[in-house]
Amino acid sequence: MNLVEAIQIEKTYLSGEAQVSAIKHADFSIETASFVSFVGPSGSGKSTLLNMIGCLDHPSSGSLTVAGKDVNSLDRYSAAKFRGEHIGFIFQDFNLIPVLTIAENIEYPLIMVQNWPQQKRQQRVNELMDAVGISDQASKYPDQLSGGQKQRVAIARALVTHAKLILADEPTANLDHDTAYRIIDLMKKMRNDYGTTFIFSTHDPKIMDAAEIIYTLEDGQIKQTKGGTKHG
Amino acid sequence: MGRIVRIAARNLLRYRRRTALTTLLITIGVVAMLLFLSASGSFKAMMVGQITDSMLGHLQVHRKGYVSSIESLPLTMNMKPQMISKVEASLKSINEIEAWSPRIKLGAMFSNFAQTTSIRLNGIDPEKEMATCPELMKRIIQGEMNKLPEPGKILIPELIAKGLKVSPGDSIVLVATNKDGSVNGINFIVQGVLEGISGPGGRDGYMHINDARQLLRIDDNEVSEIVVRLKKPGTLKRVMSKIKTSLGEITSQKGKPVFEIHSWEKLSPFSNIAKMIDLMTLFIKIMLVSIVLISVMNVMIMAVYERIREIGTIAAMGTLPSNILKLFVIEGFLLGLLGAIMGTLISIISILVLQQAEITFAFGRQTGLVLYPLISLSDIAFASIVVVVVSVLASLQPAWKASRMNPIDALRHV
Repeated sequence: MNLVEAIQIEKTYLSGEAQVSAIKHADFSIETASFVSFVGPSGSGKSTLLNMIGCLDHPSSGSLTVAGKDVNSLDRYSAAKFRGEHIGFIFQDFNLIPVLTIAENIEYPLIMVQNWPQQKRQQRVNELMDAVGISDQASKYPDQLSGGQKQRVAIARALVTHAKLILADEPTANLDHDTAYRIIDLMKKMRNDYGTTFIFSTHDPKIMDAAEIIYTLEDGQIKQTKGGTKHG
Repeated sequence: MGRIVRIAARNLLRYRRRTALTTLLITIGVVAMLLFLSASGSFKAMMVGQITDSMLGHLQVHRKGYVSSIESLPLTMNMKPQMISKVEASLKSINEIEAWSPRIKLGAMFSNFAQTTSIRLNGIDPEKEMATCPELMKRIIQGEMNKLPEPGKILIPELIAKGLKVSPGDSIVLVATNKDGSVNGINFIVQGVLEGISGPGGRDGYMHINDARQLLRIDDNEVSEIVVRLKKPGTLKRVMSKIKTSLGEITSQKGKPVFEIHSWEKLSPFSNIAKMIDLMTLFIKIMLVSIVLISVMNVMIMAVYERIREIGTIAAMGTLPSNILKLFVIEGFLLGLLGAIMGTLISIISILVLQQAEITFAFGRQTGLVLYPLISLSDIAFASIVVVVVSVLASLQPAWKASRMNPIDALRHV
């Protein structure tokens, strides 16, 4: 079953008076529990594509379906609600909330987005901290952790709401190579354990090899350059 | 909601110095307002109480035209027994009225057999006057304390007692001209000396109403004014309206009203000072609102600006715009609440200290007045509610801006 299905999507921007095409007639589909990478140089449209799949932005034309929902028509409120229910995000700079402990950062979406009861929240947070190997850091604050540990927290936070799809924009860009590999391995393990689809963007050739399916973007054009079947 | 409040509180603590300074500013505003309210309110209440409870009552009924010529104390404008009956019938029908007292006001020559001066006097029924102006007796500073004048005795103002060197127990002569122009003189004993207070009538003497009638050779029970005391001063406007309605219907043969009714505010110039105090209180309130509005808005605008990426992150995670708005509004609310609580506590402590200090001050010719600041629960509640509401309002605009932020732009913000 396809979790993401894009048919002839385009994204154009106005830059001054000129119209710039960031994504040109993209057709692709991503199955559930895939481990996918969008690769390409800076400015190739990776982030734009992730933003559209993540319902942070709308295609200018074409059809984009995520988790069975045509996301083109979502307004601001519905898009936020949809993201909260189905999508998790991992950011290049981790984007953890500095005043909250690690456990509280992971718990945050369950309070602010999904409003879970306290006991259920606690169980889920503990489960995710164990899964990503940061249980011993629960009461620390983000500034007391290394980059790799912060990204583990971010992965746990993205997974905590049982998101079907995790979008990671350059998740390893601020990490050294060893840590970057460990983070990619962890993401893959989470995909295996929870059946969650991961889509990440990168321009690091060594990291992109870890992906099972690769879509390459160049000047707004997208083509599949690796894989094509469901892995796991 | 409790968790959002906790997160909001943590957010405030991340900029401890800024939060502390803003809270301090709000606290200073609350303290300034509550101290001013307590000091000015107590001064006003004391002065108004003194005027109404020992001199003017809450309102007075006169024959039409009397007040405009009150300087000459015209005996020709006294109210006749028939008119008094109508006034008393009207007053009896109003539940809010506690008591009333008829008075004859007169001017006389006061002589200690060596020197003579003029004096303004009120002829009173002691029992009724005591019920209407209960604080009058407290103004007796020499002589028989807590006792209004018996027949044959008078209470004289402090200035005359000092000026003519007259003491309680001394014999004096009062000479008055009646409305027909004939002059009469009677000996009286000084029963006591009255402390003067600010305002008209504040330096009047008092005598028994029957003595006043005898001195003026008034045969019937006519009076110059009827002084009215209310059960609750706050009902003044309502009672005035009721009396005006009932007495307004009584007209002369020419169809003109027979009576006039004046509140103490119209009879005493202190009401203008009271209005000035109210105006200053209003300015202080406006200043408090401005302080809270500007300081909280400034903090919240900075908070939003500094947390744009964080707002983008939580928006991307799916936090609804209403929850983002709530988060920032609660931060503003907590700032206001903290300032209000601290301000109230410091104000109460300061007021208790001022009460113990018994600071004295002078007003007009009155000296040694003790400032005893008091603050009501309603004033504290008003200040606290204003601070909290204004804090919430001040944080609405930044919170709205945060909730409307485009997540992509916010995440790109450096």
